[in-house]
Amino acid sequence: MIVAIASGKGGTGKTTVAVNLALTIGRDVHLLDCDVEAPNAHLFLGTRPHARIEIGIPVPEIDHERCTLCAECSRVCQYNAIAVLGNRAVVFPELCHGCGACTLLCPERAISESPRSIGVIEESAARDVRLIQGRLNVGEALVPPLIRQVRARARGASTVLVDAPPGTSCSMIAAVRGADVVVLVTEPTPFGLNDLRLAVETVRALGLTCGVVINRSDVGDDRVHAYCAAEGLEILAEIPDDRRIAEAYSRGLPMIEALPETRPLFADLANRIGVSGVRARVTGDVRASA
Amino acid sequence: MPPPDASAASLPVVGPTVPSRVVPELVVISGKGGTGKTSLVASFAVLDPELLVADCDVDAADLHLVLEPETVERHEFRSGHEAVVRSDDCDGCSLCSALCRFGAVDFDGFTAEIDPFACEGCGLCAELCPIRAIDFVERRCGEWYVSTNPHGGMVHARLDIGAENSGKLVSTVRDQARRIAADAGNRAILVDGPPGVGCPVIASITGAAGVLVVTEPTVSGAHDMERVLELADHFDATAAVCVNRWDLNPETADRIEAQARRRGASLVGRVRYDRDVTRAQLRGRPVIDLGGGAADDIRAVWTRVCGWLGW
Amino acid sequence: MKVVVTATGATVDSAVDPRFGRAAAFILVDTESGEIQVQDNHAGVAATQGAGIQAAETVSRLGADCLVTGHCGPKAYRSLHAAGVAVYTGASGTVADAVEQLRSGSLDRSDGPDVGGHW
Repeated sequence: MIVAIASGKGGTGKTTVAVNLALTIGRDVHLLDCDVEAPNAHLFLGTRPHARIEIGIPVPEIDHERCTLCAECSRVCQYNAIAVLGNRAVVFPELCHGCGACTLLCPERAISESPRSIGVIEESAARDVRLIQGRLNVGEALVPPLIRQVRARARGASTVLVDAPPGTSCSMIAAVRGADVVVLVTEPTPFGLNDLRLAVETVRALGLTCGVVINRSDVGDDRVHAYCAAEGLEILAEIPDDRRIAEAYSRGLPMIEALPETRPLFADLANRIGVSGVRARVTGDVRASA
Repeated sequence: MPPPDASAASLPVVGPTVPSRVVPELVVISGKGGTGKTSLVASFAVLDPELLVADCDVDAADLHLVLEPETVERHEFRSGHEAVVRSDDCDGCSLCSALCRFGAVDFDGFTAEIDPFACEGCGLCAELCPIRAIDFVERRCGEWYVSTNPHGGMVHARLDIGAENSGKLVSTVRDQARRIAADAGNRAILVDGPPGVGCPVIASITGAAGVLVVTEPTVSGAHDMERVLELADHFDATAAVCVNRWDLNPETADRIEAQARRRGASLVGRVRYDRDVTRAQLRGRPVIDLGGGAADDIRAVWTRVCGWLGW
Repeated sequence: MKVVVTATGATVDSAVDPRFGRAAAFILVDTESGEIQVQDNHAGVAATQGAGIQAAETVSRLGADCLVTGHCGPKAYRSLHAAGVAVYTGASGTVADAVEQLRSGSLDRSDGPDVGGHW
């Protein structure tokens, strides 16, 4: 089962939900940190990578002996990554999106491809959670290919949690595509609702199912509740605005470890999402899980 | 790109014109989201009505929710292209599906259809379709607006869902803000910057008079502030740091400030955690209007920001 | 010598456009024959990225020996250099003024970009 955790807005608690949910499920679970510009999940799991792979995209290399300066490559390139200047075809690899158009269309077959690094994927493990995170090179423009590669690395686990980047741009979409359910984290404020609407619009445009987690649920008003009711969105969990939670977060401690009384909240969340058998394991509850 | 054809002597001047004078910009960024950057910017805008406000946080913009702008102009923002199959003409050869490196072509065995959310606008399928059944059209990516609000002028934007967040819309907002501020005589421009460390942030900080990083006293906040200060340094931007909600973890607040100083950033003060900030937002007002502890702190920070910039 | 100046308008009395990649137009002045050619930079202005590269291709196709502008970014510079076009920055006033500044030697030839890249 693939569960994406996303939010129209940054800082609502996506990583908090993703990390604590992963720890709660605690078995056969992969956590994919797709917030590749600033992956933070590892700070809460206290992990160090044991494996690291460089991720690149294919960029053109020109065989100048075969090149006739016809400039077809420059004509088809939508990114201005290749240009015929003076008497030479010049490549700007940092602008290349790796689409392969120039390579395929060169009439002289003078173009081959070689990888340009855009970031790394690091794997680590802690407390039965396998963390796979993408980390974009500083200054790198191309985000979605790295996210797609992180997603591709989730194989074999029963549950895959995806910590998506904030916002509703193509990066978020690359992270949440194909998820069985998208958990949208929000807060009960005007900013929270504004960005939740955008996130819901995006998830629906992708034909995906979503539910809502309201973080800092007692600081605002009921506008998010009203919106969810009107839209038929299930509220999967509500996390109160507790100073102790904020302090634990500030120290980089997972909520369920600093405040064990929050475990049932995440167990219930896992159950509502559809990850089975969690509550019984967490609380020693002999009642059958829902 | 196809070669441009030589045009007649009178040509339409396209794109943003060059502003008549250079108006300095203060860009407020945060690294990670949720540090309270937008709330602070809203209050700064009220404290200094001579500022033109530019909301460059275009992927889920929020500033307009507390500044109540009235839109005077609305413009479509187009960038890049997308491929669209004319399904009536498609003969089901599926070559496009085989060629697309972004998994954007859905082929059901009969005709191809392109998923606009996955299409990266590279044009390869349109080029190679044997029967030219694929159109390659300019893509609408969002909108930008020129507005007025009780505290001055505002330029803001909305990136469409699923759009590529390249930084070009951010640049468009800044270009327009610079043009308007120069003509209207604004003393300076206050920019609400985007989160992260990627292209949108880079597009927001280049050429800024100063970059103010609003951070929070958390491990994540420190981690992301480090990355964003590295970026500011790389682009030769003068940086300052403000720790918001500092009293949630005073030790980390101290550490963050020391970290900032080590990186050569100025310190412009701290704002305490105050429920009035959320209360103000719930009422659609900048917190400075409502008063309280955080409001006092914000006022003090603004004074130090002006000192730091020499304004 | 064929000089291209970045311009905000369509005549030599138009102000110099300090930008290169996003300049409104290019005005080619042949200092020997006095011939003038105007080329709009629609492609550069519309480009999502790499406007400077696009503009350099345009300028190269015009047959420029020199480019005179306000500022030149890294990819633009690299492109112009590859195209064998000499770059002069810091021009001001009108296009005609800029050509005169070049002729009188008051502009230094650039050996690299003078600003960072941008959209």
